[in-house]
Amino acid sequence: MTRTPLSARLAAVAACALIAGAAQAEKIVISNWDGYMPPDLLENFTKETGIEAELSVHATNEEIMGKVVAGGGKGYDVLFVSSPFAEALKNLGLSAPIDHDKVPNLENLYDEATELAHDPGNTYSVPYAWGTTGLCYRSDMMEEPTSWNALLSPSDDLKGKVTMLSTDRWLMGAAALALGKSLNDTSAETLAAEKDMLIATKQDLLAYDDATFYLKLVSGEATMVQAWDGWCNYGIAENAEIKYTIPEEGSDLWVDAIVITNASENKDAAHAFVNYVMGKDVGVWVASNILYKTPNQAAMEALDPSLVESFPNMGMAPAELVKYEQLRDLGQGQKAFARTVTEIMAAQ
Amino acid sequence: MGPGLGWLALLMVVPCGLIFTYAFFERGLYGGIDYIWTFENFTRAADPLYLGIFLRSARIALTATAIAILIAYPAAYAITRAPKHWQTALLILVILPFWSNYLIRTYAWIVMLNREGLINGALEGAGVIDEPLPLLYNSFAVVVGLVYNYTPFVVLAIYSSLSRINRETIEASEDLGASTFTTFRRVILPQTVSGVAAGGVFVFVLSIGNFITPDLLGGGRLQMVGNLIYDQFLSARDWPFGAVLSMFLIAIMMVLLFTQAVLAGRASGERTNS
Repeated sequence: MTRTPLSARLAAVAACALIAGAAQAEKIVISNWDGYMPPDLLENFTKETGIEAELSVHATNEEIMGKVVAGGGKGYDVLFVSSPFAEALKNLGLSAPIDHDKVPNLENLYDEATELAHDPGNTYSVPYAWGTTGLCYRSDMMEEPTSWNALLSPSDDLKGKVTMLSTDRWLMGAAALALGKSLNDTSAETLAAEKDMLIATKQDLLAYDDATFYLKLVSGEATMVQAWDGWCNYGIAENAEIKYTIPEEGSDLWVDAIVITNASENKDAAHAFVNYVMGKDVGVWVASNILYKTPNQAAMEALDPSLVESFPNMGMAPAELVKYEQLRDLGQGQKAFARTVTEIMAAQ
Repeated sequence: MGPGLGWLALLMVVPCGLIFTYAFFERGLYGGIDYIWTFENFTRAADPLYLGIFLRSARIALTATAIAILIAYPAAYAITRAPKHWQTALLILVILPFWSNYLIRTYAWIVMLNREGLINGALEGAGVIDEPLPLLYNSFAVVVGLVYNYTPFVVLAIYSSLSRINRETIEASEDLGASTFTTFRRVILPQTVSGVAAGGVFVFVLSIGNFITPDLLGGGRLQMVGNLIYDQFLSARDWPFGAVLSMFLIAIMMVLLFTQAVLAGRASGERTNS
């Protein structure tokens, strides 16, 4: 830095303070998964509101959770996380209440999306995208599977040609659904039954995969994979013989939500951002580009109908979705749960 | 006390000390540490399940090490026998793969090994096999990935000890009537043991702690100790248990590196004494 007279520096500081006072140092930091919102969103948001916004990306819920818990949420204003983590953030006192007056676009939400189990009334989180987890399969290579057992104890011709998600909650979720248990049951008996089931399944899997499973279907390496509906759509986009189905035992309802941190020093700006994201246009972008359903009714009704023709699961009605159980924060049960998953993954 | 020692303290001793400390406390619910004193993490790590993972990791790392040495020795030997002006070019070829990212090189193996991949495609096309071979997502693929990625280090280590051999000792052996094989066994091999050991320990240490290769090429079904530790910190959020496992892994590595250093010191001592 070049040397400037002290007086000039003081003047500059004073000017900054004045501007800051006027605009409340309008700069917010958002943490989201890479590619999970329109690339020009921040730019347009700044243009429209004058608030500067910076994006920081996280690869997993666990990663951003670790950072926020360690730092008390300092340095972040808005977080995109899956609903159990939104719930945990609230329980830890790390998220701020949503002021509905500052987010008028909440009226774009489906009624069903305002009464979600993890946060009825959207008191501390706003749903951004939602969907199901089911079976994604090659309809030219097999009949439509009807049960989770088609994945968990595959028939001989499917052995070595199926994959399961490696993210713990969904991995365990498949077993819970097959056993008719709650997705959030962490009792010793249920965990033990799920563990036995998943260790037995391990021998029949091609791989655990939560990043490239749809490509394995496209290449023909796999015939059936456990998949989030939106990700199955990426496979469908490449090969129309790929189809998505929810087994008769059901699915989870996953919800990705937006949370404002309690540590945010710009809560007004953060609310303005959430409001911007809840606008119709962003929702349309999410549905047409990420191929995820969004709880934004205005956006879903504005979609090009051909999208639902190509990707039938995009047309699932909210009333259908909310029939499924949501993944909840496991609280103290988290310890036994994580231990069980570790033992499954470690088993020979 | 130079700045080097300061760096060592900052980047090595402090993190290891932290891991050591974490190992004695309870996990926080969402990661981090609850400062409640416990030995439970140690008793848990003694479970045969985790011991089995250590053994499996050691077995895979050892296999990779042996294969890497078998490939690297002839390669290094050929390079030292090549004309001087070729040697630099050949060594550059050996390290050329490092110019691209580890992940990309690992993904390249997925393209080659998968059921619909290049190798199975070629074999099926040639009529050698009817059904694709299971080349990917098993320990075979993991060993292939490790050998591929770490063999260059062994080539370099063996090359450096081969090129230090006094050629007159080889000529003397030949003049005294020793066959080529005897010359290799009695003259060349003993003088390169330290190079083989250095390269071998390097491959073993890098392999036993690796988690990317077992994850991508093993399909996550075949856990190695690196994956186990990675999962404790990043998915199970059980830092103390991850810390205990890390301590065991670091201890294994230290013993190996220490042994190798002692052997290397002894070898160079012998050389200066004789």
